[in-house]
Amino acid sequence: MIRRNYSLFAAFVILLGLHAAPAFAVNPDEMLADPKLEDRARDISQELRCLVCQNQSIDDSDADLARDLRILVRERLVAGDSNEEVIDYIVERYGDYVLLNPPLKPETYILWVSPAVLAFLALIAVIAFYRRKQREDGAGPKSLSAQEQKRLDEILGTSQDRS
Amino acid sequence: MRFWIAVIPLVLFAALAGVFLMNIGKDTSVVPSALLDKPAPDFQLPPLPGRDRGLSRADISKGEVSVLNVFASWCIPCRAEHPLIKRLAREADVPVYGLNYKEKDPQDGVNWLDELGDPYTAVGMDLSGRTGIDFGVYGVPETFIIDGSGQIRYKHVGPVTNEILEEVLLPKIAELKG
Repeated sequence: MIRRNYSLFAAFVILLGLHAAPAFAVNPDEMLADPKLEDRARDISQELRCLVCQNQSIDDSDADLARDLRILVRERLVAGDSNEEVIDYIVERYGDYVLLNPPLKPETYILWVSPAVLAFLALIAVIAFYRRKQREDGAGPKSLSAQEQKRLDEILGTSQDRS
Repeated sequence: MRFWIAVIPLVLFAALAGVFLMNIGKDTSVVPSALLDKPAPDFQLPPLPGRDRGLSRADISKGEVSVLNVFASWCIPCRAEHPLIKRLAREADVPVYGLNYKEKDPQDGVNWLDELGDPYTAVGMDLSGRTGIDFGVYGVPETFIIDGSGQIRYKHVGPVTNEILEEVLLPKIAELKG
């Protein structure tokens, strides 16, 4: 019975999950009539950080400044800017920090390269570990030294039989 | 070999701890201005209702050091810093301009200055917030120090405190005045 309730509950939770669409802060009155331009505006907005809340994109944020920036992005697109030009326009004013994806440049090399370097070092460590293990396994248990064998024979009292 | 395996993690840990230690007390929400040491953007703002003089780029590039303070009547920290902006205007001996940022009603800025006193040489009204965006404003109050050629030389985000005024803004202005 309990089990049954549990699976019902699980089904309910999954059902809830299916209904949860991502929430966006874009208001209908901000949207552009041209669906192609609007799509581009949405793509750009999702790349730009809202500086008031800092961990949301301007597409997600309800902050006043995010709204102003969304409108600005759309204005630039209507004026004929390419996506890159719009992003550059915002970066010129707010710096690289507005980009949720940090750009690849000398100041950010460490950021981009360090995961690969760390993964490579980890791989080397793993390989070294298994190689060593294999070598030790391959050698098998060491045979007893003469002294050890003698002591073993004494304990078992078999020295006469064996020789 | 065994020695190094023991020492390397310790060294890494010490380095990381050092980095964290240096960052204690640092406000990570403050974003460095992209406009630092660059010319201030071009702008032309109308005056507050009932006043003659607005604000434009010409005002802040007249060959003298100036301060641009971004404020709004709806901004509570602005109210807190206002006495210090007055003190700045008195003590720095440079023009202090006001950028009245995104008022809902144009009259709000006037009322606010009537109530608290007006230290500004001139005030421009930025109802749309577009000039604010050109200046990279993301949270009022913000205070810019601009040199005689119209370049932004310093930006303070958040309310000016006694400490900021005395230890940062006034010395910076004195330095730029030469």
